[in-house]
Amino acid sequence: MRAFAPKLRSLCAGLLLAFASAAPALAQADGSGGAQPSGDFTEQLEIGISTDEISITSDFRGADLTIFGAIEGFDERLLAQGKYNIVTVLEGPKDNATVRKKERVFGIWVNRYSMTFELVPESYSLATTRDINQIAPPQDIANMGIGVDHMRLIPTGFVGNGSNLTEFRDAFRRIREQSGVYERDPGGVQFISSSLFKASIRLPADVPNGIHLVRAYLFRDGTFVAAKALPLRVVKTGLEEAITRAAHEQPFFYGVFAVLIAVITGWGASLLFRRD
Amino acid sequence: MTVYLPIAELSVNILVILGMGAAVGFLSGMFGVGGGFLITPLLIFYNIPPVVAVATGANQVVASSISGAITHFRRGTIDVKLGSVLLVGGLIGATIGVWIFSMLRRIGQLDLVISLLYVVLLGVVGALMLAESLRAMRKASKNQPVALKRPGQHNWVHRLPFKVRFKKSKIYLSIIPVIALGMGIGVLTSVMGVGGGFIMVPAMIYLLRIPTNVVVGTSLFQIIFVSAYAVIVQASTNYTVDIVLAFILMVAGVIGAQYGVRVGQKLRGEQLRALLALLVLAVGIRLAIDLVLPPADIYSVVSTGVGY
Repeated sequence: MRAFAPKLRSLCAGLLLAFASAAPALAQADGSGGAQPSGDFTEQLEIGISTDEISITSDFRGADLTIFGAIEGFDERLLAQGKYNIVTVLEGPKDNATVRKKERVFGIWVNRYSMTFELVPESYSLATTRDINQIAPPQDIANMGIGVDHMRLIPTGFVGNGSNLTEFRDAFRRIREQSGVYERDPGGVQFISSSLFKASIRLPADVPNGIHLVRAYLFRDGTFVAAKALPLRVVKTGLEEAITRAAHEQPFFYGVFAVLIAVITGWGASLLFRRD
Repeated sequence: MTVYLPIAELSVNILVILGMGAAVGFLSGMFGVGGGFLITPLLIFYNIPPVVAVATGANQVVASSISGAITHFRRGTIDVKLGSVLLVGGLIGATIGVWIFSMLRRIGQLDLVISLLYVVLLGVVGALMLAESLRAMRKASKNQPVALKRPGQHNWVHRLPFKVRFKKSKIYLSIIPVIALGMGIGVLTSVMGVGGGFIMVPAMIYLLRIPTNVVVGTSLFQIIFVSAYAVIVQASTNYTVDIVLAFILMVAGVIGAQYGVRVGQKLRGEQLRALLALLVLAVGIRLAIDLVLPPADIYSVVSTGVGY
């Protein structure tokens, strides 16, 4: 029993750490990225998601997530005029990302320049009731950091004169959008009754593991009113989870095990196909 | 039919992987090589991250070299003493190799170095083999006896100190070039995910003048241990061995190899070598094209983790 104690402790510490790192993200989400509603509004926003945990199994081919919500305390007249707009965002776990630029050196294409951006989401899906630029003034959207174009990309370390910063940021956004991990769907949020809405977001097969964040923003006639956030966990399950954990927590024994499987397979084949 | 690879973190078509493993297994059985030099580039062509492809390729080499070595062990064509000396060098080399691998990965030049090494090695080895086998074929067609160029003459290698007698190979040889050869190929095992048989065998024959009958068995014998070691070290330092991917490749590979061996026995030696040379060159050229052609996008993005 004694031998298990340190292991248990490290597990607890790991869990605490996971909570601690998730907590600021949630807190920040509730503050809707720094932008506070201006003035007093009666409207409130409530949201829910079809599941709060998506498990990646061996035959995982992507999944659909439905975000639904309701506007409470709305103004009948404004609603009838379609002045309420919803923006939903599904933001993946954050990690540093390095953009590299190739250049031709002696006829060969070589990575020459690089820039690392601090804690950017690994996936990002934006769904809105209409084109984001028609929902609110572009300046407000930019200040709130909504959308791939306004995502905060802060380079780490020394960036020289900074003239190539835009170039690397543009490349980052373009590549992430082309590979489908950053996407936008204007019209992806639909009102199903006067004040109820839903948004369907497709999670691709290569959706990153970890804690994702679902955010919803309510705008009234071009003004930000309220925001809500919910966490979504994407976890590997069963064998996949066990393998990943073993590879990272017991890497030596994992390696030995990998070799053992190879030995058994190789040996087994030569016994099976022995022709004498 | 898709299967999720937990370490590569992507879903792949299991039939493609099985087909790849079987095809490479077939070729490795036919030509008596480990197949690591084919499996790693193929996995990279199939969008498996090069870091995972290299480490997992080494794992599949363990399986294929074991089933090959067992056959040679039964026939008694393994020089264990020579293999052990090679192994000492191999383990040192593999350790250095994993260190180089981690360093290159950190500075973002790993993919380039892997491709460059493949292009250079496959190009040189393929060209040499093709030239040699064409010469042999021309001689055979003129009904001249095919003289394998392994006469008793000595070269500079045989003037080095620390000589040891290897009974099985009937050779009296300095251990310096043997350890150096093992070391060089150990580095390649870690960096490229190859067993290195396609370099080891010619080097042992032409450079060290070891009798051909023990060369393949001995090289396989030491490849088992060096690649097993590389797998364990890669798993411990880079966490890039994908056991699911490796297992699918192995199973398909060892079965494919059995059929390859049968076909290989029906072909003539020089024809076999010429075919292998063409194959090696083709893979090398395919990789070279990727390096020289302007890339579709000169930018690339990788998640580097907060730890870096």
